[in-house]
Amino acid sequence: MKSKQEPGRLLVVDDNKVNRILLARSLEQYGHNVETAENGKQALEKLRANSEDSFDLVLLDIEMPEMNGYQVLESCLRDPELRDIPIIMTSSLDEINSVVKCVELGAEDYLNKPVNPILLRARVNASLEKKRLRDEQRKLFRTFATKEIADELLKTGFSLGGKYVHASVMFSDIRSFTSIGEKQDPATTIELLNSYFALMIEAVAGNQGTVNQFEGDGLMAIFGAPIQDDNHREHAVRSALEMIELLKGFNLEQAAQNKVQIKVGIGIASGRVIAGFTGTQNRATYTCVGDTVNLAARIEDHTKVVDQPILIDQYTFEGLPKDIKVEPLGLILFKGKQQPVNVFAVKG
Amino acid sequence: MPVIDRATFEELKQMSGADFINELIDAFLEDAPTMINQMQIALEAKDVESFRRNAHSLKSNANTFGAPELAALAKELEFMARENNLDIGDRLDILNQAFGKVAAELKELRA
Repeated sequence: MKSKQEPGRLLVVDDNKVNRILLARSLEQYGHNVETAENGKQALEKLRANSEDSFDLVLLDIEMPEMNGYQVLESCLRDPELRDIPIIMTSSLDEINSVVKCVELGAEDYLNKPVNPILLRARVNASLEKKRLRDEQRKLFRTFATKEIADELLKTGFSLGGKYVHASVMFSDIRSFTSIGEKQDPATTIELLNSYFALMIEAVAGNQGTVNQFEGDGLMAIFGAPIQDDNHREHAVRSALEMIELLKGFNLEQAAQNKVQIKVGIGIASGRVIAGFTGTQNRATYTCVGDTVNLAARIEDHTKVVDQPILIDQYTFEGLPKDIKVEPLGLILFKGKQQPVNVFAVKG
Repeated sequence: MPVIDRATFEELKQMSGADFINELIDAFLEDAPTMINQMQIALEAKDVESFRRNAHSLKSNANTFGAPELAALAKELEFMARENNLDIGDRLDILNQAFGKVAAELKELRA
């Protein structure tokens, strides 16, 4: 039973030799690289000595001499170099109160001893996957976001649980991309998509947004989460305008090379969304859900009907400064919605 | 009550990998007498904390190997120590005998 998961670098901390060997051997069987420590002091030494090539996950016993699990957990959470390494507490069932205390302190998860192999595998993989996503997102922010945003994120850390936030949600789609796709060979289509996405990401990240989903030729972006941004409505619309500008330049180049030009439709809605990590243990992404998200998708769809590149809802409109010109299109009743909503076309 | 519950033991074997079950048994056969010895020393020195911790470790390992009687005895002693009660009568001797049976059976199971 080998895991499909990427191997992780794990540290098993337990003063009990049987527990230590058992955890290490079973995790090795799942393909991970495992080191062990016999007590809290040794664990911290190993963690600090490896800060360059750090561990992906720690399995930490609570009941230990020298330095117990709490003390190790607290030291790790206080240390900026170590606090992002997820820690799973291991304990016997009758220590449940201690476990609760650890999870409240900031432990990622816990496992009862004797450890159930199926749970061990699932919890370890879930923690590694979450860490991988956080690392990836961090890298993405370092690459695309402004330095201020990256710093802010690194300072506050990532919230894993879902929470309500006020945000703007953007959907963008290439109009009739399928017919374009049919006219050219697959490699050219993928190249086109990649250039297009690179431009879109630039426009989103340049306005403090986060691209969080690619689907076919469409993308979804969030403004106002995970980092709070009071001007998320303006930033979302400015990002849409920038996308259209960037595409103009892109299309000129395409025309010069006698290649296909593309037109996009962008829909934006703002309001309360639930944002956080969603998905399964094997596949999770930072995203947001709720009525606002559905509305943004419907509005984007509507761009085809009215042949406008950018459409927004009432609440987004209310957050815009005067220099952004819009044209009211009136009330529109979208499929699946009870109430008609006011829609505006952004003119630049 | 079986000395070693075979279902638990088989699961353990699968988890550690058949190659490593011997390593696990050896670690236990080496460590458990030390724990019991530490409990005896702690009892004489009235060191409740050390007594409790060693009982806790022994209980944990007994559960891992599927040794219900030994686990129950160790747990009882751990909980008494937790209540600051070292008035344990002959319970440590009974525990030692229970360990003897477990050790004998584990030696047989050791391939």
